[in-house]
Order: sequence, then structure tokens, then C-alpha cells
Amino acid sequence: MEYHLKTPLSIEDIESLRIGDVVYISGKVFTARDEAHKRILETPLENMPFDLEGAAIYHCGPLMQEKESGIWEPVAAGPTTSARMSVMTPPLLERHNVRMLIGKGGMDHVADSMKGKCVYLVYTGGCAALAVNSITEVCDVHWLDLGMPEAVWVLEMDEFGPLVVGIDTERQDIFRNIREKVNENLEKALR
Amino acid sequence: MESGIKHEDIVEATVSAIQRAETELPDDVVACLENAEQEESSEIARSHLQAILKNTGIARRHSVPICQDTGIIILFVEIGRKISPLPDIEQALIEGVRKATSAVPLRPNAVHPLTRINSGDNTGDGLPDIKYYFNDSAELRITAVPKGAGSENMSILKMLNPTEGDSIDRLVLETVRNAGGKPCPPVILGIGVGGSFDKAALLAKSALLEQVNDMDEKEHALLKKVNSLGVGPMGTGGDTTALAVHIRTAHCHTASLPVAINIQCWANRHATAVIGGDGKWNII
Repeated sequence: MEYHLKTPLSIEDIESLRIGDVVYISGKVFTARDEAHKRILETPLENMPFDLEGAAIYHCGPLMQEKESGIWEPVAAGPTTSARMSVMTPPLLERHNVRMLIGKGGMDHVADSMKGKCVYLVYTGGCAALAVNSITEVCDVHWLDLGMPEAVWVLEMDEFGPLVVGIDTERQDIFRNIREKVNENLEKALR
Repeated sequence: MESGIKHEDIVEATVSAIQRAETELPDDVVACLENAEQEESSEIARSHLQAILKNTGIARRHSVPICQDTGIIILFVEIGRKISPLPDIEQALIEGVRKATSAVPLRPNAVHPLTRINSGDNTGDGLPDIKYYFNDSAELRITAVPKGAGSENMSILKMLNPTEGDSIDRLVLETVRNAGGKPCPPVILGIGVGGSFDKAALLAKSALLEQVNDMDEKEHALLKKVNSLGVGPMGTGGDTTALAVHIRTAHCHTASLPVAINIQCWANRHATAVIGGDGKWNII
């Protein structure tokens, strides 16, 4: 199935998505990787400088160019390895109603914490020039003191995709399924 | 004879080599990806490969980086023994990396390992990572290799027992299995066998610079095994887990068998600047 969704997202928007489905997303998307996750977890809710209600988080450290003071243009914005955020994701989802994670490579041991409330989508790793075509505006940047890749960039996106559903709200995980097959194939290959 | 190679020539050639490497995927790699897209049987895998090819075309046409992870910059530098006098190469290379950071532009990726403070210009203690070699020419060759973290983080080094040579295939397959989709497959595997702890790693890394399709029988056989795993592009399944396997060997201690596996994502970026004795340079 192919879906076209817009942020902010409700549970109804995402609960029918199943692994292998294709999604295109529009609206505001928040980038966040290692250091941003750490800071989100350390920041009391009342001090959060942005609202993650119904949000889509993009595991991405974009390459941005400052055209003039405070005016940023995206140069390259592909996904980063999501597994590095695996440990911080369950506590993140307990504190904030994030409905969608976008990244690459899969995540470990997060499916339980996402059950019934969040999905994980895969964008093709390395496709940074292509991703920029979907960014219509750089709306804001938070925590730039963390450095360009680690800051939270608020991007307005138009039909960003194709994104493949990797983990759905029923705890199905495409990467876990593939890994089981790979384990079988590995023993066959060495026979 | 006075050397015609000036400081500025080295700086500009370094910037150009980095620019080319970051924005134009080598033709042999593109051809390999095109071939994989034709032969891939999984629909999701084909869609990843189509996105990759589309992305590579955009980057080349608009001269923008292929991937936002513009890597740390590794420079393989070949110094012709007939260059005389030898200019201060190292400072020029570092200056080239700084200049490329704003000119290409590159994402500032260099941080202190513990404080994580970003230097802002892709240089720092030990960065760029420069490896020097000598040859008998009057040329200076600078090969820029931007190495992203996604694939580098999945690489391994193991000191095997000398009698465990037969287990290298298993080590390679398990490493690819454990890496899954994290290193952005389809990958290229550089494998260093022998040497020493650090030599094996350098063999593995330099193996990544070989022509993608230039593989011998043993490398082809191992590639076939890797692709039988079914990890597929981005780890979501398929026939194309790796594009190539390159193995380099060196003699080692009778009590040692070091094996290094350096994983490279599909964006096998590299470009070489050749500076002639007269200071004129071109990118190959």
C-alpha cells in the first residue's frame, strides 16, 4: 500500500501502516540524532523549545549552508544510522507523543515501546541530494551549540519519500525478519 | 632544478580532488549499481537502488555532495622522488581540507573524541588522515577519500590464530550479517589479511580504492557467498548486499593472523589529483 501523510500525525494516521508499505510525508519534520536525543531526555517538558506532539523525527544530521546570518539552505540531508538512537528511543516515546521515526538501517529492541503509538520508516541511506528536493523550507534550528549535524533542524517537507515502513504499530519489524533469514542463509553458505 | 610545485598548487588540487570525490561517484561504481538495479529481484531493493542512482545523478549535475555525511577526509599521497625541492606538503593538504569545507561545502564532522567539541573545519589532531607513499616520478598524486561513519563503524579487526585461515569466510559473513542495514548496503568490502594489527587495517582500507569489478576468482566466490545472505540494499532484503570484495594480503608473524574488514557504503567516493613537476594539475 502507498500512503501520503501530513504532520502532525495522529495515532489513526499511522495505525494501519504495515511493514513494507510505502509512505510519502509532508509538513514539519524535526531532525534529531545522538546529542539531540540526549538533550531532549535531559530537558524538562516545560523548558522544551519545540513541541513534539504528533511529530515526525528524522534521524539526520544535514549539511546546511548559511546564506546570510540566520538564513539557512539545505545542501544534503540523508538519513543517519538509526540504531545509535535505539537506547534513547523508548524513554523519548514515554515523554513525547512522537508518532513517526525516519532513518536508515533499522533499530534494536524498540518495537515494544512503539506498539500502538509510533512507526519507524526507512529512507534510502546516502540519498542526501535527493532528500533536499523534498525540503521546501528550513523553518527553524534549535540547539546549534551541539554543532551542525547534531542540532535540531525544523524542516518543511513536501512528499518526502519513498519511505518504507520498517517497524509498525503491531511490533512487526522488517529488519528482524530479514535477519532471521540471513542467519539461515549464512549457515547454508558455509556448508 | 627548482620545483615548479607551489604551496598554492597543492592547496587547490586538494580542494578539487575533495570536490570531485564528494560530488561525482566514480563511473565504475555507478555502472555496478546500474547493473545491480537491472538484476535485483526484490521490489523494495530495486526502489532503493533507483533512489541511489537518481541521487547520484542529481549530485553530479548540481555538483553537490552525494551524501550529507561528507566523511572524515583521508588522503593517500604519493610523492615523486624527483620532485625537488620538496615543498611543505602537509600544511598545504590541511589548508586544502579547510578550504574545501567552505567551498564544496562539507559538513563539519571532526570532533574531539571525548569532549565531542566540533573543530568546525574538518581538521584536528590527526585529521585529515594522511598516508604518505613514495615513487620514482616527478609528480605529486593526492587521492581524497571521504569516509563516512555509518560504514566505518561496522568495520572490524580480529587477531585470529595462525591455524584459523579457513574461518576467514565465516568472519566476513558474520560481519556483514551483524552490520545488517547499518552501513548502507550494497557495500564494498575491503579485507586485509596478514601484516600486523595496524597494517591489516591499512590493507583493508586501501583495497577499497581498487576498480570495483577487478576481482579474482577467490574474491568473486566470497562475493557470491555474501550476496547469498539476502541482507539486500539498506538491509530490507534482496540480492544485492555487496557490490565487490577486495582482499589484500601481507606477510605476517608466524604466530599471527590479523584480519581486518573495512566496510564501505555504496558511495565509494574517491578522486585523485595529479600535480606535474611544473605545478599544473588535473583530476583523474
